[in-house]
Amino acid sequence: MVYEGHGAPEEGSEPTGTGRTGWPLWEVFIRQRRGLSHTHAGSIHAPDAETALQNARDVYTRRSEGVSLWVVPSVAIVASDPDAAEEFFDPAADKAYRHPTFYTIPEEVGHM
Amino acid sequence: MTGPERFQSILDEDGKIEPKDWMPDGYRKTLIRQIAQHAHSEVIGMQPEGNWIARAPSLHRKAILMAKVQDEAGHGLYLYSAAETLGVSRDELVDLLHRGKHKYSSIFNYPTLSWADIGAIGWLVDGAAITNQVMLTRCSYGPYSRAMVRICKEESFHQRQGYEILLTLVNGTAEQKAMAQDALDRWWWPALMMFGPHDADSTHSEQSTAWNIKRMSNDALRQQFVDMTVPQAQYLGLEIPDPDLSWNADTSHWDSGPIDWDEFWRVVKGDGPMNRERLEHKRKAWDDGAWVREAAEAYAAKHADQPRRVA
Amino acid sequence: MTVISRDTLFAYVLRHGDDCLILSQRLGDLISRAPELEEDIALANIALDILGIGRLLLQYAGELEAEERSEDDLAFGRTEREFTNLLLVETPNGDFAHTMVRQYLFDAYQDLLWNRLVDSSDETIAGIAGKARKESRYHLRHSRSWVVRLGDGTAESNRRMQQALESVWRFTGEMFIDDEIDRAAAEAGFGVLPSSLSDAWNHEVTTTIETATLSRPDDSSIRTGGRDGRHSESIGPLLAEMQHMYRSFPGASW
Ligand SMILES: [Fe+2]
Ligand SMILES: [Fe+2]
Repeated sequence: MVYEGHGAPEEGSEPTGTGRTGWPLWEVFIRQRRGLSHTHAGSIHAPDAETALQNARDVYTRRSEGVSLWVVPSVAIVASDPDAAEEFFDPAADKAYRHPTFYTIPEEVGHM
Repeated sequence: MTGPERFQSILDEDGKIEPKDWMPDGYRKTLIRQIAQHAHSEVIGMQPEGNWIARAPSLHRKAILMAKVQDEAGHGLYLYSAAETLGVSRDELVDLLHRGKHKYSSIFNYPTLSWADIGAIGWLVDGAAITNQVMLTRCSYGPYSRAMVRICKEESFHQRQGYEILLTLVNGTAEQKAMAQDALDRWWWPALMMFGPHDADSTHSEQSTAWNIKRMSNDALRQQFVDMTVPQAQYLGLEIPDPDLSWNADTSHWDSGPIDWDEFWRVVKGDGPMNRERLEHKRKAWDDGAWVREAAEAYAAKHADQPRRVA
Repeated sequence: MTVISRDTLFAYVLRHGDDCLILSQRLGDLISRAPELEEDIALANIALDILGIGRLLLQYAGELEAEERSEDDLAFGRTEREFTNLLLVETPNGDFAHTMVRQYLFDAYQDLLWNRLVDSSDETIAGIAGKARKESRYHLRHSRSWVVRLGDGTAESNRRMQQALESVWRFTGEMFIDDEIDRAAAEAGFGVLPSSLSDAWNHEVTTTIETATLSRPDDSSIRTGGRDGRHSESIGPLLAEMQHMYRSFPGASW
C-alpha cells in the first residue's frame, strides 16, 4: 500500500523528536454506559482541561460511545516498565488457589 | 529476557508490541513513517470530498458527506496519536508534510469533477483503503492496530454510502448514468495504484513482513480488491475501463491489464493534477490557524491555576 | 386553524429553518480549514447539528403548504428574495475569529429561542426545539469558550476578535425585531416574540465580552432585511453553489 512509501527515505524526512509539540496531549477515558467503568479510548490535543473535555466529546463520542468522559494530561500517566514485567506480573501466575476453579466441591452440594 | 529477545518472541507468537517495549530502531522508524503517511492521507483526503459539501445535490447527501469528511479528520487524528506513542509529536509530522518531506496517498491528487466522483471515492477509494486497513488491524504494533480497528468500524459506512450514490445514479437519467461511468473511468486505475508497486518492485515489503507490520503483499491485496469489486461494478451495470479484464477459471480470480506505472510514479513524485493545490490548501489552513493555536496556549498559561472539574 | 395562521406558521417555521440551512452551508466550507484537527471535527459536529434542525424545519414547512414542497425543493428551488434567514448567518466566512464570533452571537440567540419554543403550542415545533436546545447548549459552550480564549489570549487574537465583533455586530439587532409574522406567531401561541429574548441575550453576551476582555461595540448601526428576503450580496453566490445540482438536473433524484 502506498502508505509504506517508496524508495529510500528522502533526506530530512525523518522526524527528530525535537520539533515543536503544540498543544499538550491528553488521554481520553469513556464510560460507555452507566454501571461500567471508564476505559481508555484514545488521545487528543488541547490547550487546557476544559477544551480537552470538549475535544474528547467531539472526537470520541460521535457515535453514542459514551455517557461520561475523563481527560488526563498524558504526562500525568505513570506506566510500569516492560523490563520489570517479569517481577511485576509473573509471580501471580503460580497462585492458582486464588481462583475458585482450584477447589473441588461435590456436585451434591450444589452451586457455590 | 533481553529487550531484543522479548521483541522477537512477541513477534514469533504473533503478539503485539506496545509503546514502552524495546524495539529495533528500524521498526520504530518504519512505523513512524508509515503511520504518519497514513495519517496525512486521511487528512488530505478530506479535500477532494470536501469540494462537494457545498454542492451536494440533496440535504440528505450533504449531511452524509459532511459526516464522512469529518470521519476522515478523525482517522487522521487517531493515526497521529498512534505515531505519537513512538516519541514524535503530531506538529513535527505535520510540519514534514507541509515541507513536502512526507508523502500521502497519491489517490487524493486527483480532482473530483462531478457528484458521481463522491460515489466512486466511497466505493473504490474507501473500498481499497478498507482492504488494506483490515490487514493492518493485525499488524504487530498495538497502537496502530487498535487505531485500525476503530477506523475500520467507522469506515464501513463510507464504502456503502458511495456505492449507494452510484446505485442511485445508474437507476436515474441517462445523464446520471453517464456521470457514474465517467467517474469509474477516471477512478479505477488510480484506485488500483493505491496498493503500490508490484511485489517484485516493492522495496520495504520484506522487512515489514518480517516485523508483522505488513501481513499481505501489495499484489495479493490488489487482487482481493479486484475480485471483490468486479461483481459490484457488474451489478451497477458499469463497465470497468480495462479491456484485458477477464475471469481466470484456473486461478478463480479476475485477471487485469497492466497498470500505467509511469503515471503512478509521476503522481507520487508530485506531478499529479492536484498535488500542489492539496498541499497549499493544507498549509494555508495551518498558517491561518497559527494565531489561534498560540492564543489558546497563552490563555491556558494565564489561567493555569483555574480549578478543574473532578469526575 | 384558519388559512392565514397556516401561512403564518409556514413562514415562521421556514425562517428558522433558513437560519439553520444557511449557517450550516457556511460552516460546511470550513471543514478542513480549522486551526487544528480537533476543531475541524468540532465544526463539523456543529454544522451537522444545525443542518439536521434546518432539515426538520424545512420538512415541516413543506408539509404545511398546499404545494407540499420537499426540503430539497425549499432549499434548492427558491431564489434569494424567497429566503428569510437573518443576515448574520449569511456573512461570508472570514478568519477563525469571525467564525467564532458569528457562531457565538447566533448560538446565544438560538439557545434562548429553543428554550422558549419547547413550550410552543405547536407540537412539531416544540419537539424540534426539544432536540435543538440540547445541541445549541453545547454549541454555545463551545463558541463561548473560544470567544473567551481568543479575546483573552494574545494581543493579536484580541485584536482579531475585536475586529470580528465590530464587523458582525451590526447584524445582531435584526435577531430581536418583531415583525408581523412574529407577532401573529406569538399571539397564536406557537412562536415567541424575538424582542422578548433581547434582555437575556444581552446579559449573556455582555458578560462573555467582558470576560474575554473585549469591548462591546455600540448599537448605532443595525442592518435588517433578511426576514423580508432583502439580503446582502453574499447570499447570491452561496445559493448559486448550493443549488447548482438541483437546477442543472431538474427533477433528478440523488
Ligand atoms: Fe479513513
Ligand atoms: Fe473513509
